[in-house]
Amino acid sequence: MPFGDAHNQVKMKFSSEEEYPDLSKHNNHMSKVLTAALYERLRSKQTPSGFTLDDIIQTGVDNPGHPFIMTVGCVAGDEETYEVFKELLDPVIEDRHGGYKPSDKHKTDLTSSNLKGGDDLDPDYVLSSRVRTGRSVRGFCLPPHCSRGERRAVEKLSIEALASLSGDLNGKYYALKNMTDAEQQQLIDDHFLFDKPVSPLLLSSGMGRDWPDARGIWHNDNKTFLVWVNEEDHLRVISMQKGGNMKEVFNRFCTGLTKIETLFKERNHAFMWNEHLGYVLTCPSNLGTGLRAGVHVKLPNMSKNAKFEEVLKKLRLQKRGTGGVDTAAVGGVFDISNADRLGFSEVELVQMVVDGVKLLVEMEKKLEKGQSIDDIMPAQK
Amino acid sequence: KRSSITRRVSLTERLHLLLQCEYHSGTAGDVGLEIILWSFLSVGPRSPQSADYPDLRKHNNCMASSLTPAIYAKLCDKATPNGYTLDLAIQTGVDNPGHPFIKTVGMVAGDEESYEVFSDLLDPIIKERHNGYDPSTMKHPTDLDASKIHSGNFDPRYVLSSRVRTGRSIRGLSLPPACTRAERREVERVVVDALAGLHGDLDGKYYSLTQMTDGEQQQLIDDHFLFDKPVSPLLTCAGMARDWPDARGIWHNNEKTFLVWVNEEDHTRVISMEKGGNMKRVFERFCKGLLEVERLIQERGWEFMWNERLGYVLTCPSNLGTGLRAGVHVKLPLLSKDPRLSKILDNLRLQKRGTGGVDTAAVGGVFDISNLDRLGLSEVQLVQTVVDGVNYLIECEKRLEKGQDIKVPPPPLKQFK
Repeated sequence: MPFGDAHNQVKMKFSSEEEYPDLSKHNNHMSKVLTAALYERLRSKQTPSGFTLDDIIQTGVDNPGHPFIMTVGCVAGDEETYEVFKELLDPVIEDRHGGYKPSDKHKTDLTSSNLKGGDDLDPDYVLSSRVRTGRSVRGFCLPPHCSRGERRAVEKLSIEALASLSGDLNGKYYALKNMTDAEQQQLIDDHFLFDKPVSPLLLSSGMGRDWPDARGIWHNDNKTFLVWVNEEDHLRVISMQKGGNMKEVFNRFCTGLTKIETLFKERNHAFMWNEHLGYVLTCPSNLGTGLRAGVHVKLPNMSKNAKFEEVLKKLRLQKRGTGGVDTAAVGGVFDISNADRLGFSEVELVQMVVDGVKLLVEMEKKLEKGQSIDDIMPAQK
Repeated sequence: KRSSITRRVSLTERLHLLLQCEYHSGTAGDVGLEIILWSFLSVGPRSPQSADYPDLRKHNNCMASSLTPAIYAKLCDKATPNGYTLDLAIQTGVDNPGHPFIKTVGMVAGDEESYEVFSDLLDPIIKERHNGYDPSTMKHPTDLDASKIHSGNFDPRYVLSSRVRTGRSIRGLSLPPACTRAERREVERVVVDALAGLHGDLDGKYYSLTQMTDGEQQQLIDDHFLFDKPVSPLLTCAGMARDWPDARGIWHNNEKTFLVWVNEEDHTRVISMEKGGNMKRVFERFCKGLLEVERLIQERGWEFMWNERLGYVLTCPSNLGTGLRAGVHVKLPLLSKDPRLSKILDNLRLQKRGTGGVDTAAVGGVFDISNLDRLGLSEVQLVQTVVDGVNYLIECEKRLEKGQDIKVPPPPLKQFK
């Protein structure tokens, strides 16, 4: 619940020790960093919009985590959260993003022509290609903290901006609360429709409030470019298509994103971005590029090979089931995507996926023929 | 200090807060300053009231019925001394539109003062929910003298079990939707300390949810005592499950006839129960336990939230007054098939539920029958109503067994009009 600073003052009547959460059974990034001493130093602070330490960590307190999966356990309520509470968030960011330091600078590169290759992934193995990211509109609070008025303003701006897209980006917006049954069914069939979050990780942070007010989906007529409004972030932008032409997917992604950014700027709204953290999003895990570029790829032999995990690690890739995060692979088909988000540019990350998937397919083909893959093992990226 | 409502903050105020914030965080650094200045300059103050008014067109709860744009505009800038706001109070009703047939309340209190600060909205809700009781003009009677109950020992061939429950809040500490971790732990400390002072047939033990052993947990499940983390969105949207299971627990006496839940939906829920039909004894134990706990907390300088207007103050407006639900599990197989049952229950001011509790269906003709009312009538009056009503229902069942006809009782006189 986004309580606000007046409520925070109530806590100051009690000692820090009395308020400090019990994190003894917890295993998330927040619980690793938030000592009692740090809690004491930060608990009186708030951002200008009134977001407090307890608002940030509530999701991590309510969801102790899993012994094997390390969740983040904290969220931002506005852009200033990352500044006011840097003593907590910098170590979380460093731990989550491979040692990224408070003094490091993040490079943004959305010039898709800088990508080498990527148009020739074997479609017998690579079934689909997809790139997603998020964007936040500067000046508005983020989903855990925004008021209904702010959320509606973000929706209104998004609708206006997206309505200006044309050509192969010509499309239509579907507000969740006004959708007809037929529209809803079509969006479900297209696998576009997002539902009210059920994950306690999201609900505990207040992101489900006022559902489905000011939430919606926009997609182009070709169904290859999709924008989610006010789900886990202000905007989630997705470019996707069947087959292995990641280059085309990334081209459309960059073109579309850049156009949207321009349209917002024309209306005097920038995206939240800075030199250090790149694009600012609700979850610290999505900072930097916020980019996940992935493919659905058939690797039945590779997935049974003892070296599969090692190869993925060296290539800086991660695997998921085709249902997305936390699902299992079905029929040897995996979702393979970049593991990093921050400290590498968009082009660099997509390049890693393109090169990495190419190699994985090559390995798969070798294993099919009963050959060894030892001679083409990659070096650590 | 200026108004602490951050949602409608003027430009000047934002500058104030920004400068404070920079001061607190030390040297903001170039990047930090850039962020702060950008956010300050790009978009003005947070939205005006009309832009924040919730969309309640698909809603069917008491809050949605009463929250006009005018009332919203009047109350949206207000806060209780603890900083609890209107938006927080109505969040559960905005998030849960309700059911066409079941009208939920749609609003909670974050503290005792919520009922004053937001009375423009809560009073009409209370009136609707509590059969016309007007908190602005009426007084609520409290009566915990169980000796006044007569005919309260039911035929055990029909009544399988008897139970009385209520809730109590500790004055001076915020309620579950708003309490801080320290406040919740304080509630636990105060209550557990008081319960440790109970003796005789009320001698018992506290089981903290965070420290329970597996063996203890299993026993509590087998006894049907254990409550779990709320899954109902009505509760979770109101923030009541925060920090679970910190400072939550269950106390019960050795005989397992008196039970207290700590920090679930209210500071405390108090339950007296036993197998069979001796409702009078159940209510006697209920009153004795409650009055004893009240005495024990008063010795330590605490008291329950109570006032003349609203009786005992609890989190949900539906539980104001007595917060009391007195009920039995009763076998009425023939009556359950009679189409007049609903009308009979209405006129007796009773409600039926399945034996799994609210929202469950009756199994094998066994119903949970309890009082409909909570506010405007005393504990003794409500329990007597249940006693009289259940006796009437048993009479009906007996008549139907003999092939005789039954009568629908006359409706009660209008209580609060």
